[in-house]
Amino acid sequence: MTLAIEVKNLTKRYRDVVAVDDVSFTIEKDTIYGLLGRNGAGKTTVMSILTAQNFATAGQVSVFGEKPYENARVLSRMCFVRESQKYPDDAKPSHAFRSARLFFPHWDEPFAQRLIADFQLPVDRRIKKLSRGQLSAVGVIIGLASRAEITFFDEPYLGLDAVARQIFYDRLLEDYSEHPRTVILSSHLIDEVSNLIERVLVIDRGRILMDETTDAVRDRASTIVGDSAAVEKFIGDREVIHRESLGRVTAVTVLGTLAAEDRARLGALGLEIAPVSLQQLIVRLTQHANGDAAHTTAPIEEVTR
Amino acid sequence: MIEEGRALFLQIAEGVEDSIIDGSLAEEAQAPSTNELAAFFRINPATAAKGVNMLVEKGVLYKRRGIGMFVAPGARELLLAERRTAFADRFVEPLLVEARKLGLGPDDLSRLILERASTHATAPARSERQRAEVSGTNTEGASR
Repeated sequence: MTLAIEVKNLTKRYRDVVAVDDVSFTIEKDTIYGLLGRNGAGKTTVMSILTAQNFATAGQVSVFGEKPYENARVLSRMCFVRESQKYPDDAKPSHAFRSARLFFPHWDEPFAQRLIADFQLPVDRRIKKLSRGQLSAVGVIIGLASRAEITFFDEPYLGLDAVARQIFYDRLLEDYSEHPRTVILSSHLIDEVSNLIERVLVIDRGRILMDETTDAVRDRASTIVGDSAAVEKFIGDREVIHRESLGRVTAVTVLGTLAAEDRARLGALGLEIAPVSLQQLIVRLTQHANGDAAHTTAPIEEVTR
Repeated sequence: MIEEGRALFLQIAEGVEDSIIDGSLAEEAQAPSTNELAAFFRINPATAAKGVNMLVEKGVLYKRRGIGMFVAPGARELLLAERRTAFADRFVEPLLVEARKLGLGPDDLSRLILERASTHATAPARSERQRAEVSGTNTEGASR
C-alpha cells in the first residue's frame, strides 16, 4: 500500500487547550476514509494542518512524502472543502468554480456542470444570498469536480436535505470508481456514510480512538438482550461498553465477534442478539473511553428516546 | 437490503450467490462488476471487490482477462451443497428454540410445516435440479 499521508506525533495547542494530542496515523492512497468524532475532537484542526492552513505545535506531517507547508507542488494535489468556507463579498458560485478550474490540474468541467444541474445551484446569484444548503453544494461541487488526489470534506452536508446528500454520496462513489483517489470525509452522520468509507478513523479529545477497516468494525460489537441473570451469565469476562436495564430485562453491548458456539449458547439461554451499527459503536466507545461521561449522558439519552 | 452488524463484503457475496442459486445468474454468464455492485448497493468499491474476490477463491466466479467475472461451471451445485449444510444451523435451530419457548414439540412443528407446505403451490425440487444442468445457454448477465 502506498501512503498518501503520514502523521507522526502531531500536537496542536491553542494557548492552554490541547486540540490534537500526540497523534500518529497514516492514510493509504486511493482509499475513502471516514474521519469521525464529536465536535471539538480535533478533526478540523488535523485537516487544516495537513493542508497547510494551520501550524502544528509539534510533530511531523508529510503528504506524498513532502512537507505541505508553502509547497505548491503538494498543495495543488489537495482539495479541502471546509464546513464554513469564506468567499469574497460579491463572489458568485460561477467565480468560485472558475478559480477552482485554474487551481486544480484535474478539474473536470463537464462533471462540474452536471453537478450544478444535480444540485440545482443558481450559479449567478451572489454566494452571500445563497441558502446554507446551496453554500454547501458549492463546496461539494468543487470537492468532487477538482478530482484532487487527496480531497478533504469537512462536514460537507450542512443544510443539504436528504435528497441532496444522497446525490453527493452517489456521485462520490461513481466518480471514485472511475477515478480512484484519496478521500477523507468528516461527518457526524455516521450511519449515512458507513457504507461509503473503507477505513474509519475516530478522534476523541485530540487522540485517535479507532483506526480500522470499516468491515472489521461491523461485527465487532453486539447487543445482548434478555433476562438480567441470563445476560450476566453469558457475558462472563467480556468487555462491556454499555449497559441498560428495564425491570428484569438487561441490554448490554459487548465487544468481540460472536462465534457460532456463542450464538448457540445465547439461543439456549433464551437471549437475543441485536446488531450494533457503526454509529452506535462509536458513540458507545467514545462514552466508554471517557469513563464517567457514560453515566452523565445516559439519563439524557433515555429522555430523548 | 443491507443489514447492520455483518461484514458488508459477505452480504455482497451472498447477494451474488442468491442470484446464482435462484437461476437469475446462470453458469458461464457474466457476473455484475465490482463497480456495478458498488453503485447498486451504494457501497465502497473496495468492499464490493472483497466480496467478489471471496467468490473467486471459493470457485464460484472466475475471471476472464479484460472482460470481467463469470459464473463458474458447477457453481450452483457447490452453493446448494453449502447452503443445505448450513440450513439446519441457520433455520432449523432458531425454529426449535422459538417453538420450545411456546411449548411446541417437534411433532407439533412437523404437523405445522406439512400444513403450511400444502397451502403453497409447491415447485417440485426435481425440476430445480434439472434447470441447473441445462444452464450455460443463458447469457443475461447483470440482471439485477
